[in-house]
Amino acid sequence: MSIYLDFEEPINALEQQIAKAQDIGKDAELDMTDKIKELEDKLESKTKEIFSNLTPWQRVQLSRHPERPYTLAYIEAITQGDFQELHGDRNVSDDKAMVGGWGSIDGKTVMFVGQQKGMNTKMRQYRNFGMANPEGYRKALRLMKLAEKFNKPIVTFIDTPGAFPGLEAEERGQGEAIARNIYEMMNIKVPIICIIIGEGASGGALGIGVGDKVIMLENTWYSVISPESCSSILWRSWDYKEKAAEALKLTSEDMKRLKLVDGIIKEPINGAHRNPEEMFATVKREVKRHITLLSKIDPAERCEKRMNKFTEMGVFK
Amino acid sequence: MVWFKRKLEGIQTSTKDKKETPEGLWYKCPKCQTVVTTEDHISNFFVCERCSFHERIGSEEYFQLFFDDAKYKEIDKKLKSGDPLEFEDTKKYVDRIKQTQKKSGLTDAIRTAYGKIDGQDFVIAAMDFSFIGGSLGSVMGEKIARAIDKAIKLKAPFMIVSKSGGARMMEAGLSLMQMAKVSAKLNQLSEAKLPYISFLTDPTTGGVTASFAMLGDINIAEPDALIAFAGPRVVKETIGRDLPPGFQRSEFVLEHGFLDYIVERHDLKKEVSKSVRFFMN
Repeated sequence: MSIYLDFEEPINALEQQIAKAQDIGKDAELDMTDKIKELEDKLESKTKEIFSNLTPWQRVQLSRHPERPYTLAYIEAITQGDFQELHGDRNVSDDKAMVGGWGSIDGKTVMFVGQQKGMNTKMRQYRNFGMANPEGYRKALRLMKLAEKFNKPIVTFIDTPGAFPGLEAEERGQGEAIARNIYEMMNIKVPIICIIIGEGASGGALGIGVGDKVIMLENTWYSVISPESCSSILWRSWDYKEKAAEALKLTSEDMKRLKLVDGIIKEPINGAHRNPEEMFATVKREVKRHITLLSKIDPAERCEKRMNKFTEMGVFK
Repeated sequence: MVWFKRKLEGIQTSTKDKKETPEGLWYKCPKCQTVVTTEDHISNFFVCERCSFHERIGSEEYFQLFFDDAKYKEIDKKLKSGDPLEFEDTKKYVDRIKQTQKKSGLTDAIRTAYGKIDGQDFVIAAMDFSFIGGSLGSVMGEKIARAIDKAIKLKAPFMIVSKSGGARMMEAGLSLMQMAKVSAKLNQLSEAKLPYISFLTDPTTGGVTASFAMLGDINIAEPDALIAFAGPRVVKETIGRDLPPGFQRSEFVLEHGFLDYIVERHDLKKEVSKSVRFFMN
């Protein structure tokens, strides 16, 4: 049974009608083809209507849709299962909220890194809701350095509600771990492609988010704070999350317009969660395209370009 | 009947235009309640004589403290915030900026300057907490970037005095990317083999901690400063129990290996100058 967000309800209703019509057709041996066709047309136009008029808050909801594919699903699909997960930061532990390892894309080795969320209650806890500890960021850096040593491109998948704000995380230097990653990623000599596949919350996202190409999937968000926290701090109430989502300009279109990300990857018409296979294929195509293009650039020049891109961000007078 | 009527609400005098404190005024330490004259308090570097509580001070005080004869040249004095997001919460961002500028006499949350420390060229970027919580936005990012360029040009060591609540929410994605921007510039400073001293003062939290404040060739701090990624209130809510005493204070952060040393304000110039000498000799 699929899960539908409130604004997806009309789609749910139509899908149910179609299923019912099909059942009737089968049971009563009636020709329902015309009726079904009519309903399917209606479904298509309704889907288009809903998904082409999404508010920023609705996009935030979509980015968190419980049926949206997560990092490991992308890696599995893109590598067709030719993936080997690597664990641990070599200091403290293995962070389950951050995953990574070697994989191959049509025969070429790539290092994958990304935050991982869980599919059900138990796994969500196991993955700490995709909120990494310092060990996670240090594991990510270890793997990226490994990729640099063996001259393999890096692909990061960003999907986090933020770095974990726990007591041990503070003791072990959450701030330092994120800072170190941002600093080191500026100058890693292999191509880095970062893709926001769900939530891109603040420093926790940026900690694996410095790359030659930073790309957002269409229905994701990326900003300095979540709309809920922004609402609670600036409006001193949790009730302004929709307003905050608008004010923060956190959608892929806004972020691209502000030149804070390099590109947007279109999602299937009804969102990545309704058609993961199509989503994986598109992401794979884009990753391959960018790796090919970036590999042609001299490593020193690539790093310089990467740094210049970030240096130019900001608006002042 | 009212004899004197206030025409405008609040304090209208900017910090810069405030009169020198007349003799005979008193300062009461918020920690130990000891009372001293304001004059004595200032000559003691805004530190309580009895319990050594370090009162928060701004960029001007740090510049005077570090630079020889309190002489320095400020850079990019006029850089001001834009409002590309047309951000509005309970107030318009442009209005908030204007009001804060008027109230504080500052243009943004950081000032950058160069001068000499014991005869050695030195570039400092120092934050002002009174300006929207010392928040990191486009102006701060750009000013630090240009100060780093200045340090490279002068072949001088560089210091950031951090005092910030973190990234400025009203600049959303733009302020987040300032963390990356300054980190990129620090790579350039590093390539020029020039030292970067990160000086953390009360409070240094959020995006500032999660970027340049933790990236010093040496990280140093004032005593008892709050240094955190997530603030104590958030951590407490997350774990659902009370925090241990001294949690996220300088001494705690030093014990966990993220600071090189803690320095009292009396010894600040001496110790920083010593570090600079070791790097540059």
